[in-house]
Amino acid sequence: MKVLHSWLRDFAPIELDAVALGDVMSDLGMAVEEMDVLGEGLDGIVVARVLDLRPHPDADKIQLVDVDAGDGEALQICCGAFNMSVGDLVPLATLGTTMPNGMEIARRKLRGEWSNGMLCSPPEVNLPGDPSGILLLPEGLEPGVPLTEALGISADVLYDLEINPNRPDAMSVAGVARDVAARLGLPFQLPTPTIATTGPATADLVSVEILAPERCGRFTARVLQGVTVGPSDPLIANRLTLLGMRPINNVVDASNYLMLELGQPSHPYDLATLGGAGFRVRLANEGETITTLDDVERTVTTADLLICDATDVPVGIAGIMGGADSEISDATTDVVVEMAWFERMPLAKSSRRLGVRSEASARFERGVDPDGIDLAQDRFVELLGGVGGGSVGSVSQGLVDERGQLPDRTPIEVRPARVNAILGADLSPKEMKELLDPIGFTTELGAEGEPMRVALPSFRLDSEVEIDVVEEVGRMYGYARLGKTMPVSSLSGHLTRRQLERRRLRSLLTGLGLSEAAPMPFLAPGDLERAGLPGDGITITNPLVAEESVLRTSLLPGLLKAVRHNVGHRNEGIALFEIGHVFRRPMDPDAELPDERETVAVIVAGADATAAVEAWRTVCDGLSVPGADVANAEMPGLHATRSGVVRVEGEPVGAVGEVDPEVLAAYDIPGRVAWLEVDLDRFLAHPHGEPTYTPVSRFPSSDIDLAFEVAEGISATDVGSTIERAAGDLLGWVRLFDTYRGEGVRDGHRSLTYRVRLQARDRTLTDGEVGEVRQAIIDAVQAGFPAHLRG
Amino acid sequence: MTMMDELARIADDARARLAEAPTVDALDEVVRTTLGKKGSLKGLKRELGRLDPDERKSVGQAVNDVIDELQAAADDRRHDLERAERTERLQADRLDLTEVMAGSRAGHLHLVTQAIMELEDVFVGLGFTVAEGPEVETDHYNFGALNFPEGHPARDMYDTLYVDFGEPGHTLLRTHTSPVQVRVMETTEPPIYSVMPGRTFRQDTADATHLPVFHQIEGLVIDRGITLTDLAGTIDRFTKAYFGGAFSSRLRPSYFPFTEPSAEFDIIRPDGSFLELGGCGMVHPNVLRNCGIDPEEFSGFAFGFGIERLAVTKAGVDDLRELITNDVRFLRQF
Repeated sequence: MKVLHSWLRDFAPIELDAVALGDVMSDLGMAVEEMDVLGEGLDGIVVARVLDLRPHPDADKIQLVDVDAGDGEALQICCGAFNMSVGDLVPLATLGTTMPNGMEIARRKLRGEWSNGMLCSPPEVNLPGDPSGILLLPEGLEPGVPLTEALGISADVLYDLEINPNRPDAMSVAGVARDVAARLGLPFQLPTPTIATTGPATADLVSVEILAPERCGRFTARVLQGVTVGPSDPLIANRLTLLGMRPINNVVDASNYLMLELGQPSHPYDLATLGGAGFRVRLANEGETITTLDDVERTVTTADLLICDATDVPVGIAGIMGGADSEISDATTDVVVEMAWFERMPLAKSSRRLGVRSEASARFERGVDPDGIDLAQDRFVELLGGVGGGSVGSVSQGLVDERGQLPDRTPIEVRPARVNAILGADLSPKEMKELLDPIGFTTELGAEGEPMRVALPSFRLDSEVEIDVVEEVGRMYGYARLGKTMPVSSLSGHLTRRQLERRRLRSLLTGLGLSEAAPMPFLAPGDLERAGLPGDGITITNPLVAEESVLRTSLLPGLLKAVRHNVGHRNEGIALFEIGHVFRRPMDPDAELPDERETVAVIVAGADATAAVEAWRTVCDGLSVPGADVANAEMPGLHATRSGVVRVEGEPVGAVGEVDPEVLAAYDIPGRVAWLEVDLDRFLAHPHGEPTYTPVSRFPSSDIDLAFEVAEGISATDVGSTIERAAGDLLGWVRLFDTYRGEGVRDGHRSLTYRVRLQARDRTLTDGEVGEVRQAIIDAVQAGFPAHLRG
Repeated sequence: MTMMDELARIADDARARLAEAPTVDALDEVVRTTLGKKGSLKGLKRELGRLDPDERKSVGQAVNDVIDELQAAADDRRHDLERAERTERLQADRLDLTEVMAGSRAGHLHLVTQAIMELEDVFVGLGFTVAEGPEVETDHYNFGALNFPEGHPARDMYDTLYVDFGEPGHTLLRTHTSPVQVRVMETTEPPIYSVMPGRTFRQDTADATHLPVFHQIEGLVIDRGITLTDLAGTIDRFTKAYFGGAFSSRLRPSYFPFTEPSAEFDIIRPDGSFLELGGCGMVHPNVLRNCGIDPEEFSGFAFGFGIERLAVTKAGVDDLRELITNDVRFLRQF
């Protein structure tokens, strides 16, 4: 919402400077997004008329323009814009002018041709508009007149305010002024038009019928006869221009100006083209079409509200956009001015579904003032210059004023103690009243300790219940003035066990030299299949692009893309991990949400499966997860003979190994790629994180090496576990330190050499004891597996 | 030749050999043949008995002096030789450390993770716990319970991505971490002092200043007697803890359906300029009721802000897309 300092002053005698006023508005919740000081630095810029346009003999990106700067003489200017025609009025920066941006205008030669000044684009004179063209000024201005005077923009400030959805009143200049006046303790005065209504009774000229009273709370019409359609008063045209609306003609401009000033949208119709000289407000029929002002044919539904003429032909979509057929033209003489109130939420839905957002719909959605229509109807006439002397012949008597359902505005009870309890303030009921009444609330104080009775303003339909009033008290008092306190908590801050373990996991993985990646969790259709995974990801129903339309079921596709990116840039040492959520369709068909799991994955380019298994072991060791192991298995997306399942106490919790070479080819990644993916929810559901203390022995240890010939397919991990059990209390550790396939070992077998360290806590082991344990291990392995000790 | 002459000769010879001994072994040989049990000086001592008492005394004294002198010289020489040999061994063992190339390097945490951890630590220090929830949510948790009735224009403030799960429009990618607030309130008896960091989603195109997937952290306090000034004080305490003691904060009125009064909060830098960081407010009574908390007994506040912008501003990164590209040349910088 744009407002002008001078326009605000129409309603309240605000004397603050530009910055101070901006601060006040921001502090009231109308944040200043942009502030332009107008009329400053524009000395020396005058209105000029284009007399002639000629090509530059030696350049095609500039042309020669002769202008009349007020003395009737032709002044040659070189200009880089081509949007003007002979006869147009344009701003000319005369010689010696210092532009707002500091540039000095001097006489100079451009490719051999003299330029005696500069024609200005809108931004060059601090006005909104296209920077690539020259600002075309309204007809009727005198060449030579200073631009500031011509546009009435001397010493003004243009603010662009961010208005929150709960501030329907602040969608108007007057509403902003009301807030500012209240904060500054200034009087606030709305326009007080007095209109002579000398025409026929309105009801004799136009009819109104509301067929959807739940959607249309009020619908008024009045007829202006003998209207002269022409250009607006320059003040109106200039203010519209400054606020970013194009002046069209006096009738349309009055409608727009009124909306900006009082927040009341209106619609002027040409009575001559309004079928049956009346309105019917009804819900649309399914599939009905209407061509709107922007010449687009729109198909409406039974949820959309239409304004039709008395013959039931649609003339507009209520509150959103008018139809193309009943527009005001130069030939119009009798104007029907419609002002109405429409229910907010259904209108917002219509606007969204139709994809049409207009200045009017933005205001209706928030809620315009149903009681403000009477003043607005009079103000409309006043803006046209009034009756007689202005452009209106006569005004019909009375409003045709049909009513539907309007929001309940019964005064509410507000407890002063509650206001203070929420705000942390210590205001008296009287102080609250003094804050509320200047912004339109009417507060009746109750007896000591009793609630106040607060009547809610019709222009604040957002205000409905006690807490809404609490907010207004706080806002008008000023949040900064309320002060700052600290709540006293009886609780202590901490991270949960899972959160601490996630941090531990991250430090373990970075300790392995892995850096943390964070790919987008969205995949393109086919990404999962290319990664060798089932293509059953949950899809996004309204993605902006198809490449981001599938939720990942695994971290694999995202990390493969990350590796691909790095390979493409010839980056070295591509070793990444990620902790993130994956989403799958749940087993339970009645589940309210997808099966969402926190997952950790490790990917290392140029490394074989060993790196992944080692990462798994490190994680299990670092998080003290007992019973974790690896079993060879074929896993989707992974190398058929170099992959496995990672388990805790026999339950699969993830996959480990190398990425399938075909998948790597599909992602254009050379070499081997190690991969580990663990479902953290499953993984950490197992008992863990409670290491048991074993006293450290102070006695010497003995090592024995044992080589077994073991059939392929037998888990070396299982053999190791058997050795551990057989060694019993004397076990220090067992390590597989050599594997061998080849001469001396039968086909289909390999030699596994384990080193076993034995140690007692209370003595030095004798050769005899070591020998006994050695034999026990050999017996256990040979009994447990198709294996035998190698000589 | 007198015994004294013999002594002088042995001493001169030994001195010369000691001084010239090239190795510790050679030195040991000299010591053995002069000072050792069967050495020449020991032999001379044995002959002292042949002398008369006066002479024995003076010659004996002279022999002892020579023994002491040669022993000292041998020790010095041994020390020198050992030092030379040690030096030689070390020289042969030289390793030029400037030739050592970087081996394995440390892994780096993602910039956003680092920011989240830092923020969590600040809030834990202020007495908060950390709560988490699902990224795919129901319309109820993301909007309904938060006082956004269906069709409410405020829903337009969020460009929501919906997913193909359940009834159309039922399931979505959470647009803020506020659903976690609802889940915490539903399952926890006040008092509640929690922050909720997490991933959030909007229908948006990635560019230098926007990502369709980003992170927020929200805070929620529900207790007896919580006020708007408590919110302002907590924001201020956080500001000083995270940004530094010279920073301050301010609230400006704003609007969110789930809080009332609502505010934006700005971080004011020591130079007076400010950063619009996030939104906050007193939890709306409707939200408390929706979560089974009596708004007459308890009140509370909530606040929230985006993490990416904070992280990149601190690190001097000028394009948010770096955060999702996963180029190791980027990841390893932090």
